[in-house]
Amino acid sequence: MKLSNFAKFLVLSSLLVAPIFGWADWNALNMTEGATEVSKKVFDLHMLIFWICVVIGVVVFGVMFYSMYAFTKKKNPNPSTFHDNTKIEILWTVIPFVILVVMAIPATNVLKEIYNDEEGDVNIQVVGYQWKWQYKYLEDGINFFSNLSTDQDEIYNKIPKGEHYLLEVDEPVVIPVGKKVRFLITANDVIHSWWVPDFAIKQDAIPGFINTAWTIVDEPGLYRGNCTELCGKNHGFMPIVVRAVEQSEYDEWVSGKKQAAFELAQLTEKDWSVEELVSNGESVYLKNCAACHQVSGQGIPGIFPALAGSEIVLNNKSRNIEILMEGVQGAAMQSFANQLSEVDIASVITYTRRSWGNSEKGDGEVVVPKEILEYKSNNQKS
Amino acid sequence: MSAVIESHDHDHHHGPAKGLTRWLFTTNHKDIGTLYLWFSFLMFLVGGAMAMVIRAELFQPGMQIVQPEFYNQMLTLHGLIMIFGAVMPAFVGLANWLVPMMVGAPDMALPRMNNLSFWILPFAFFVLLSSLFMEGGAPNFGWTFYAPLSTTYAPPSVTFFIFSVHIMGASSIMGAINVIVTIMNMRAPGMTLMKMPLFVWSWLITAYLLIAVMPVLAGAVTMMLMDIHFGTSFFNAAGGGDPVLFQHVFWFFGHPEVYIMILPAFGITSHIISTFSRKPLFGYSSMVWAMASIAILSFVVWAHHMFTVGMPLAAELFFMWATMLIAVPTGVKVFNWVATMFKGSITYETPMLFAIAFVVLFTIGGFSGLMLAITPADFQYHDTYFVVAHFHYVLVPGAIFSIMAAVYYWIPKWTGNMYDERLGRLHFWLSFVSVNVTFFPQHWIGLAGMPRRYPDYALQFADWNMVSTAGAFAFGLSQILFLFIVLKTVRGGKKATSQVWEGAEGLEWTVDSPPAYHTFTTPPKVS
Repeated sequence: MKLSNFAKFLVLSSLLVAPIFGWADWNALNMTEGATEVSKKVFDLHMLIFWICVVIGVVVFGVMFYSMYAFTKKKNPNPSTFHDNTKIEILWTVIPFVILVVMAIPATNVLKEIYNDEEGDVNIQVVGYQWKWQYKYLEDGINFFSNLSTDQDEIYNKIPKGEHYLLEVDEPVVIPVGKKVRFLITANDVIHSWWVPDFAIKQDAIPGFINTAWTIVDEPGLYRGNCTELCGKNHGFMPIVVRAVEQSEYDEWVSGKKQAAFELAQLTEKDWSVEELVSNGESVYLKNCAACHQVSGQGIPGIFPALAGSEIVLNNKSRNIEILMEGVQGAAMQSFANQLSEVDIASVITYTRRSWGNSEKGDGEVVVPKEILEYKSNNQKS
Repeated sequence: MSAVIESHDHDHHHGPAKGLTRWLFTTNHKDIGTLYLWFSFLMFLVGGAMAMVIRAELFQPGMQIVQPEFYNQMLTLHGLIMIFGAVMPAFVGLANWLVPMMVGAPDMALPRMNNLSFWILPFAFFVLLSSLFMEGGAPNFGWTFYAPLSTTYAPPSVTFFIFSVHIMGASSIMGAINVIVTIMNMRAPGMTLMKMPLFVWSWLITAYLLIAVMPVLAGAVTMMLMDIHFGTSFFNAAGGGDPVLFQHVFWFFGHPEVYIMILPAFGITSHIISTFSRKPLFGYSSMVWAMASIAILSFVVWAHHMFTVGMPLAAELFFMWATMLIAVPTGVKVFNWVATMFKGSITYETPMLFAIAFVVLFTIGGFSGLMLAITPADFQYHDTYFVVAHFHYVLVPGAIFSIMAAVYYWIPKWTGNMYDERLGRLHFWLSFVSVNVTFFPQHWIGLAGMPRRYPDYALQFADWNMVSTAGAFAFGLSQILFLFIVLKTVRGGKKATSQVWEGAEGLEWTVDSPPAYHTFTTPPKVS
C-alpha cells in the first residue's frame, strides 16, 4: 500500500514533466534569446541559474525520494535517532553560499553593462498614457502616439483573430539598426512599464520620473512587447511594436514624418465641412475616447462620465474645449492638447456634440480647427 | 492569594455556553481558533470563486465572460482575500488552538482581545466585499495597490478598501501581541525557549514580523486616504509627491508579509515530518536559527519587487545580493527536513503526504525565487506569469498545503475523531496533481512573455492557459472534498487516542482527544 502510493507519485510526477519533452517548440516555453548582445547575456544568465537550480533540485530531491523509498516503516521498522551534526551543517551552509557567489559575479557584470546608459545616437522619449504609448524623437522633433490596432471584433470573438493578435499597433516606433538608441521612459497618468523582451528592456514608466534604457539592435525587423505594470482597465491592450530598419530607410522615414507634420499644420488652416469633421471625429473618438467613455458615449457610471446628454457637451462649447485642452484635475481625464492635432481635437469635439442625439438635445455647435489654434494662442503658458 | 485561587476552583470544569452566544462572546482559545479556521475556509472559497472567474476568462484568448474592468476587480479581491482572509487567519486559528496547548498554558494571555481580534475580521471583509456593489465597482488596482492608480485614478470604493485594510491590520496586530505575550509569559515550568516546539517558535517570529510591518501598511493606506480626500500629495507627482515612495513603503510591509505567510508553515512541516519519520528533527537549533535569519533578512530585501522602477545601480546590486542570501537559511531548512526523513521509519498518512508535497513544491517556488533575484534576468521575468507561478507555488502548495497538512494532523486532537484516511489521500492526490497542472505551465507562458494581470493575451499562450484553467477548476472542486472530509470528521469517526500518531511528541498529545474545554489549568512540568 505504501509502496503503491510512492509508485503513484512517480507516475504522476513523470506525467507532469513529460509534456516538456513532447512539446514541439521549446522556444514557446522559454525566455527569448532576443535580438541584442545584452538580451543574449540575460538569456545566458537565465539558463545558468536555471541549470544550477535543476542540479541542486536533482541532488536534494534525489536524497529525499531515496529516503521515501528506502526508509519506509516496512523496510526500516527501527528508525535511527541521530540528529545535529555540526560538520554537515557547516557544509550545507557554505556550499550554497559559494554557489551563490559564483552566480552573483556574472549577474553583477551584466547589470553593470545594462546600467551603462550614457547618451545614445538616437534619443527617444517614451511616455505611457492610459492606454497607449507616445514616442518623441528628441533630435528630430518627431512626435506620435502608438495605439493597439487589433480590431475590437477580434477581441470580442466576432471575427477570427489575426496572427499578431494584441501585439500590433497603428504606428510602430522606428529605430535604426547598429546605432545606440536610448529610451527616456516616463508616464503621463499612472505607472506603466515598457517591455520589449527581444531587447531585455523592461523599465517602469512613472509620472514625475524619467527612467532610461538603451539598446543596439543588429537585425532589421519587428520587435513586439507589452505594458507590464497594471495601469487600469486596458492594461492588456497597449502593446509596443518597434520597427528596426537600416539607416538609409530610417533617414527616409524621418524626413517623411517631418513632411507629414508640415502638411498637418496646413490642414488646420483649411475650411472644414461639418461632415468632414464628424467623420474624422468618429475615428479619433474610437481610438482615443471610446475606451473610457464607451462607443455609445454612455461612459461607465461612477468612473467615466457619459458624454451622451452631458450638459457640457450639449450646451457649453467653451468648457468643452477647455476640458479637452487642459484635462480634469484629479480625474482620469487627461489633457489632449499635445496628444492630438488641432484638426483632431476640433473634429472629435464636433463628433461628440452631434452624436447619440446630442445635437437634438443641445446646441449642436460645431468646433473648427482654427478655434483650437485660437484657444492655444490665448492660453499660452509662459 | 490562596483564597482567591480556591474560589475559582469550582469554575475550572465549566463547559462552553450554549447557542450562538458561545461563539459571539467566547474567550476560549479553542473556540476562537475554530472560528478563525472556519472563517478562513469561507474566505478561501470566496477568493477561490474569484480565481475561477479569472481562469475562466483566460481559458481562451479574447474576452468572453467578463469585461476588463471587472476582471481587474476580481484579481484585486482574489489577492486581498486569499492573503488577508484565507492564509493569515488560518495560521492565527492554528496558533490559537495550538500555542497554549503546546506551551502548557490554560489559554491565550489576552482572551478578551482574542475575541475582539477575531470578530472585527468579518466586518473588514464585509466592507471590502460590499465594494463590489458600489458605483464604480470594487478596488481594481491589484492587491499591491500602486499609487497613483489606487489614488487619483481609483474608483470611489477605494475609501472602503482603506478602512477594511485598517481593520484587518488592527486584527493582525492584536493577534500577534496575544501570541507573543502568551509565549513569553505562559510557558509551563521547565519549558525554556530552546525547548519550545518549532511551531511555537515559528509563530513567535511571525508575530514579531506582524507587529513590525502591519503599522507600515496602515501608514501606506493612510497616506493614500490623505491624498484622496485631504489634498496631500504623498504619491502624486503633479503635487511634488513621489509614486515610487509608495512602492518602497508598501514592499517594506509586503516582503516581511510574504514570510508571515510561510514561517508558520515551516513550523508545521517540521512537526509532521518528524512525527511520520518517527525520528527527532535533524537540527532543531539550526531550524530556529534559520527562521530567525529569514525574518531578519526579510527587512532588507523589499526592493527586489522593484528592480524595474529605475533604482541606482548600487541599490539594485545590494537588493540582488541580499535576496540571494535568503537561499542559504532556506536551504538549511530543506536539508534539515530531508535529513530528518533519512534513515527514518516513514509512513504516508495524509498529513505526511501534504508535508512532503510542501517541501518539494515550496522548494520549486524557492528555485524560481532565486531566479527572480538575478536582477538582469528579472528584467525579463518581472510582472509576467513566471512571477505568478512563483508566488502561487510558495503560497498554494506552500502555505495552503501546510495548513491542510496541519488540519489533517491535528483534527483528531481537536474533534476526538480520526478523519477518513482514504478520502484524505484522495483529496491529497487530487490537489497535488491539479495544483501542478494549474501553476507549472504558468512558468512557461511567463518565460515566453505573457504579462500578469492581463484579461486577454496573444495567441501563442493559448494552449497552456487552457491547461492551467482546467487544472484550476479541478483544484477548486477538490477543495469541496476537503470540506466534506472535515465535516464528516467533526460529526464522528473512529475515536482518536490522546497521542493520535505513533511518533507524535509534545504537550498537546498528552491531553485527551478532544481536549477538555480548559486544558492545563495546572501547568504541566517539562523536563
